[in-house]
Amino acid sequence: MSVGFVMLVHEALNRAEQVARHWARRGCPVVIHVDKRVDRQEFAKFASSLSDLENVKFSGRHRCDWGTWSLVEATISATRQMLAQFPEVRHVYLASGSCLPLRPVKELVAYLEKRPLTDFIESVTTEDVPWTVGGLDEERFTLRFPFSWKKHRKLFDAYVRLQRRVGFKRRIPAGLVPHMGSQWWCLTRQTLTAVFDDPSFDEYVRYFRKVWIPDESFFQTMVRLYSTNIESRSLTLSKFDFQGKPHIFYDDHMQLLRRSDCFVARKIWPFANKLYDGLLSDEGTIMTGAEPNPGKIDRIFSKATERRTKGRPGLYMQSRFPNDDWENGKTSAEYSVFEGFAELFEDFEAWLDRNISARAHGHLFGPERVEFAGGAEVFSGALTDSAAIRDYNPQAFLTNLIWNTRGERQTFQFGPRDNQAISWFMAKDANAQISVISGAWAVPLFRSNKDFSVIRKEAARLQKIEAEHLSILRSPWTKARVRVWTLAEFVEAPMEPLQAIIDEIGARSAHQLTTAPRMVPLEGFGQFLQNLKNQGMHPYLMGDFTPGAAVGRNRRSADKPYLVK
Amino acid sequence: MSVIGSYRLRLQRKRWRIRAFRKRRELTAVADRTDAIKPDDILLFSTLRNERVRLPYFLRYYRDMGVAHFLIVDNGSDDGSAEYLREQKDVSLWTTNKSYKRARFGVDWLNWLQRKYGHGHWCLVVDPDEFLIYPFCDTRPLRALTDWLDASSIRSFGAMLVDMYPKGPIDAQPYRAGDDPFQIASWFDSGNYMIRKNPKFGNLWIQGGPRTRAFFSDNPERAPALNKIPLVKWERGFTYVSSTHMLLPRGLNHVYDEWGGEKTSGCLLHAKFLDTFSVKAKEELERRQHYANSHEYRAYEARLRDDPDLWCRWSEKFINWRQMEILGLMSKGNWA
Repeated sequence: MSVGFVMLVHEALNRAEQVARHWARRGCPVVIHVDKRVDRQEFAKFASSLSDLENVKFSGRHRCDWGTWSLVEATISATRQMLAQFPEVRHVYLASGSCLPLRPVKELVAYLEKRPLTDFIESVTTEDVPWTVGGLDEERFTLRFPFSWKKHRKLFDAYVRLQRRVGFKRRIPAGLVPHMGSQWWCLTRQTLTAVFDDPSFDEYVRYFRKVWIPDESFFQTMVRLYSTNIESRSLTLSKFDFQGKPHIFYDDHMQLLRRSDCFVARKIWPFANKLYDGLLSDEGTIMTGAEPNPGKIDRIFSKATERRTKGRPGLYMQSRFPNDDWENGKTSAEYSVFEGFAELFEDFEAWLDRNISARAHGHLFGPERVEFAGGAEVFSGALTDSAAIRDYNPQAFLTNLIWNTRGERQTFQFGPRDNQAISWFMAKDANAQISVISGAWAVPLFRSNKDFSVIRKEAARLQKIEAEHLSILRSPWTKARVRVWTLAEFVEAPMEPLQAIIDEIGARSAHQLTTAPRMVPLEGFGQFLQNLKNQGMHPYLMGDFTPGAAVGRNRRSADKPYLVK
Repeated sequence: MSVIGSYRLRLQRKRWRIRAFRKRRELTAVADRTDAIKPDDILLFSTLRNERVRLPYFLRYYRDMGVAHFLIVDNGSDDGSAEYLREQKDVSLWTTNKSYKRARFGVDWLNWLQRKYGHGHWCLVVDPDEFLIYPFCDTRPLRALTDWLDASSIRSFGAMLVDMYPKGPIDAQPYRAGDDPFQIASWFDSGNYMIRKNPKFGNLWIQGGPRTRAFFSDNPERAPALNKIPLVKWERGFTYVSSTHMLLPRGLNHVYDEWGGEKTSGCLLHAKFLDTFSVKAKEELERRQHYANSHEYRAYEARLRDDPDLWCRWSEKFINWRQMEILGLMSKGNWA
């Protein structure tokens, strides 16, 4: 038999027993190191439960603390014992008590027999290691770490900072090139004995005693001195999350684990009964001979890490509520805001609905109610048309709307009569496409049948609001795609800007626009503005309308559907 | 937060603890089986009144999930709830006839019991109409979650309240003891929740759902809070401040990420709107033992008399936790 297992155990002893038994029964010797912190009675029970197996031995116990030399010490003594007591062993496989074999032992043995001189150990130079948590990579080898990272984090960090400032550096023993990697390896007798019998072994040990997390670097560095054939990868499937703690496998990972073709996985949740029962049972005849392929599992776990660190853009919920400007996307999708269009064109919403593949709402932030498309009282996600609820939290309203309708672009009308509390949010949102015809709010006033004094007052109010809104849109913090025309400019040549906007949204058909929305008649609008001026108000947002002049042309273009070739 | 501010919160926490200590005298043990609690057990704490019909399903649901012991305060039930609970081998029962309102809606009583029995345990605090779901709850017991939270050094777990309702009048289908309430109340609102931050306690304040939509559309600031932190690795010094909405020390309220990521979270499915509701609402209105003069119940009564249907055409039918996670109501976070 060519492979022996060294197991480091500190909890869930019943599971460790099951796994040790599984290997031992199939002819693989096992040497177990049990953490000294496990109390004596429990250890005695554990030892006696395995006493029926000749090829299971226990090594001298050490007290193991995470990130310290004690783990390596335990590994070394157990490995030495393995090499001494089981001379037939050619490969030593380092495993933990929460490891679980995924493929039949026979397959592992066959695999290793074909590669009798290969050492399987992830071993990468510090420059090439992307995974270190806490920013310590090379410094693991050059600083001192007398304080526990788990118990005295502040002292640990302070001491690291002090050493950096003072410029302290430990000397790395000559000939050693620091390498790091997963602590779970499978090495050959030849390599291991060469490491242990090295005349400078004690010097190396003295050095590594004070390295930070030596279990990820001692063997990884030492094998580089002696091994003739290193496969820099671990045969144990073991994934770490963004905080550097191992991902845990549960019953529902069964299919994934089986399909990974890896030999051993860790960490397994001790109560994952189906995994233990299923994978330790003796079906053992698969013999696919496949190479380990943890790709699919990698994807699942890297997605989990991404969800934890970046989240879903535009989602605001109970466990994701980003600070301002940390949203990584203020909303979840692009949307379009039209200001002044519904005032200038009689049937703008209906026209929009015909020409773009998107939802065309009315004034969502209108003062009376939320004007959902089609006059609906309730919309996607059970948003209601209550203005009070919307105004209670306008930002939540908008982000909810965009989130709820993922996959369908939303467009809506906006103007100075609407709730302005959303202005800044939209302006800073890169997903917003805002098109403004400034001063168009004057058109409904012009056509209304109100006393002129009322109109004058309302005009002054709306102009002030819109001016403020425009200054927000022009601020340096604005990320939205903003286009502004004055009413006068827009009336001159409406098709070109409309075409540009529609193209950006995505038209229903690939053709150019054939019909324009119907413009409201503007005869006398110039005079209307002149009257406002005469009353002492200064309407400026709509640009220059000479009384009488431009009107005729506008009328013509509005009467006949505008044809563009 | 300033030094003074955090000292104030410390004083407040002490005050709630002392209050809980005083209120302990209002509780009489009916069945004390707390000796049976083992060190690793997950405990469930609840206050109730006249919930006999709900109890069989409630107990079964949480037993199956892996709750080892139930610690329940019965606030003067007269429908046989106490008698039923007394017979359950994994229930410890206390009873009181004192004011629910003056025990800050039961928080004082439970704070006391948690302080006494909850120290060092994962404690779940839910009402008999609240049903926890969490990522992978169909394949992994609650213990898997708490073990993972332990390994990640996370002490508290958020689960937003999601109000469930039937399609049609809420009293059209009778609820019978032992039934799954979500066979009847299987609909919910998926995307109309509003969140803001509570700067004092650091928790999120969430409102929305069918209650805001149907009962508070003119007055949304009075709509009930839906943010909940029902699962906490309890320590003696902790206290709930108001229901399970927030805790002290305030670090426990940090169940959300502020830098764009998602923390792991669940939902409490709220089986409030069943046929039992109208009776309950009437009773609660008479007792006036609920928050803010029971204005919530008054709003319910007014609306449900005219139009007892909460369903709308954008209501979502509940399928499973994966659906809730896709809709963005809860998150797997980095638990995979």
